[in-house]
Amino acid sequence: MKELIQKLVAVPGPSGYEGKIRDFIKSEIESHVSSVKVDALGNLIAIKGEKKANGLTIMLSAHMDEVGVIVTHVDKHGFVRFSQIGGLNPINCMAAHVVFLNGTRGIVNCDRREDLTKVPAITDLFIDVGASSPEDCPVKIGEMGYFDQPFLALGNRVVSKALDDRLGCAILIELIKNIGETPHELICVFSSQEEVGIRGVTAAAYSSDPDLGIAIDVTAVGDTPGAKMEVGLGKGPAIKVRDEGMLSDPRVVAMMRACAEKNKIAYQLEILRGGTTDARAIQVTRAGVPAGCVSIPTRYIHSPSEMADLGDINDSLKLLQELLRNPIELK
Amino acid sequence: MVNKLKIEQKQLSLLEKLCNAVAVSGNEGEVRRIVIEELKDFADEITVDAMGNVLVRHHAKNGTVDPLKVMLDAHMDEVGFMIAAEEEEGIYTFEVVGGIDPRQLPGKLVLVGKDHTPGVIGTKPIHLLEEKEEDSPIAQNTLRIDLGPAGKAKPGDYGSFATRFLRSGNNLFSKAIDDRIGVATLIELVKNAPENIELLASFSVQEEIGLRGARVAAYTFAPDLAIAVDSTPAFDLPREDGNENAVYNCRLGGGPAIYLADAGTLSDPRLIQFLCKTAEQNSIIYQFRQPGGGGTNAGWIHRSRAGVPSVSISVPGRYAHTAVLLSRLEDWENALNLVYFTLRGITREILETPRG
Repeated sequence: MKELIQKLVAVPGPSGYEGKIRDFIKSEIESHVSSVKVDALGNLIAIKGEKKANGLTIMLSAHMDEVGVIVTHVDKHGFVRFSQIGGLNPINCMAAHVVFLNGTRGIVNCDRREDLTKVPAITDLFIDVGASSPEDCPVKIGEMGYFDQPFLALGNRVVSKALDDRLGCAILIELIKNIGETPHELICVFSSQEEVGIRGVTAAAYSSDPDLGIAIDVTAVGDTPGAKMEVGLGKGPAIKVRDEGMLSDPRVVAMMRACAEKNKIAYQLEILRGGTTDARAIQVTRAGVPAGCVSIPTRYIHSPSEMADLGDINDSLKLLQELLRNPIELK
Repeated sequence: MVNKLKIEQKQLSLLEKLCNAVAVSGNEGEVRRIVIEELKDFADEITVDAMGNVLVRHHAKNGTVDPLKVMLDAHMDEVGFMIAAEEEEGIYTFEVVGGIDPRQLPGKLVLVGKDHTPGVIGTKPIHLLEEKEEDSPIAQNTLRIDLGPAGKAKPGDYGSFATRFLRSGNNLFSKAIDDRIGVATLIELVKNAPENIELLASFSVQEEIGLRGARVAAYTFAPDLAIAVDSTPAFDLPREDGNENAVYNCRLGGGPAIYLADAGTLSDPRLIQFLCKTAEQNSIIYQFRQPGGGGTNAGWIHRSRAGVPSVSISVPGRYAHTAVLLSRLEDWENALNLVYFTLRGITREILETPRG
């Protein structure tokens, strides 16, 4: 799992430009699924298993895209101004290394701060690519970039950019490879454009038209100084109860809890104040779909150095595997 | 070699008529009637849907099998006002419909109701201002629309800015260029529709209050790809501190602004590339709109059903959502031709390679 995560986070995929990460995931799963296609918004959609008499059509979704930056202007001295793709915290951007899709590298810094007590806004930041004029600047308006930071293993914890949501992708890939017998038709969606507003999955949910939807994504934690939330690292997968955009179907929550308890998998219940996941879009597609989410507790989300626990990741996979190998009755 | 389309007196007169019509979000009837009248002899089918969108179909010709279904969208509505209550004879409280900076309101002539009754958004004259008021912003809820004692407005009546369309050389001034210039563009494109594609033109309602009309129009059309044609702010003015203006959105005279990323859409990169290639091949100048906030109807269209590859093109305009927006004739002509040649050249092939 650690090796797969390391490979996945190394491939770029800012929202809307998921081509490279999509190709990588496709090559990983191709020989393990009955069909795989790319839709109009760039979602990778693979079918695993066939729906038996006691089975359902289940959509699983993990997003491929990561937060990034897009060039808005190159000024007369060659400094690159940018806008955020997905939600960025300016503090986390300061002095970060950035790579653009055309290969150009640069570093983030900010306008001279008159008032050092004031936090800079994204519009106060720029990327220095070593250029001195718009003419010799290797990036132009519209070029997309992403954080660059080496993968770190710290004991049982992994640190990288884009753990959000390559962790979900890794779990879904392993699930496809290891599920074995299942009574369900699993529509495995590696979705696009989640970070800009769950856009890819909206289209994928419509075309999949499932009986049940489960997202696999990261969630915030409350186990760092000053943070306030029940979820913490190393205490197992988080079963989402609610977030800003969704109330999980209580039957799906109950089913996940029962499965975890039966298989002696430690879990946590997630009540997330801000943000949402692909599950929201699945829940409200067409005439409505029962939906829930298995979340991987993650620190420092949307920064160049996000942190998660390998035990949580493996147990998330185990929970989903046990859940999906058996018939499901929502009650 | 196909000739470029031209903006001549006929097209300008139509734009003038469209701009002088009053069609605030939810009340688009006046523009709807002009669109239908203009296109009834050119379209294969015109329907008005439940929300009031005008859906125009122009079929592929010459026996084209399984033609590419291309949706074009321009919104008919403009920002404006709605009468809330009568306070005294002829003095009304009002709500703003769509995004208008309250500082733009005082002292503006407005037209209210079906009869376009003139009125003014009144404010305290400078003679009576107290010192502390001079520096404070004017809140919208302190303003009133004054129709005079003969005014017969009722709650729910709509109002718009009263500015009449004006052309001065290359300059186009109007209250409603956003997005009548898109409406006029789509009308020209239906009149000059290419034969290779199924052209699906939506003249949509309620864009200014949240892309509401286009959402259902896209569902009905279920197109293969979509292009929204709109108006976008140009703020290409010198900064008063002398520093470089890095936040101009787009520039007047720079040609049609192609969208890369806004608050609602990441434009399909295949369509961006095709637009750029088409512009270069046909010597049409163009610019990229700075990535950032704001958005167009593409924000809903691209998420319709199983997803629709989408892009937006806007005619730059200074002073958007005020009583007067200023655009340039040449930018409009270039925008028209960019979409025109794109429609003529586009094939299903560009969708065969996966996006991004």
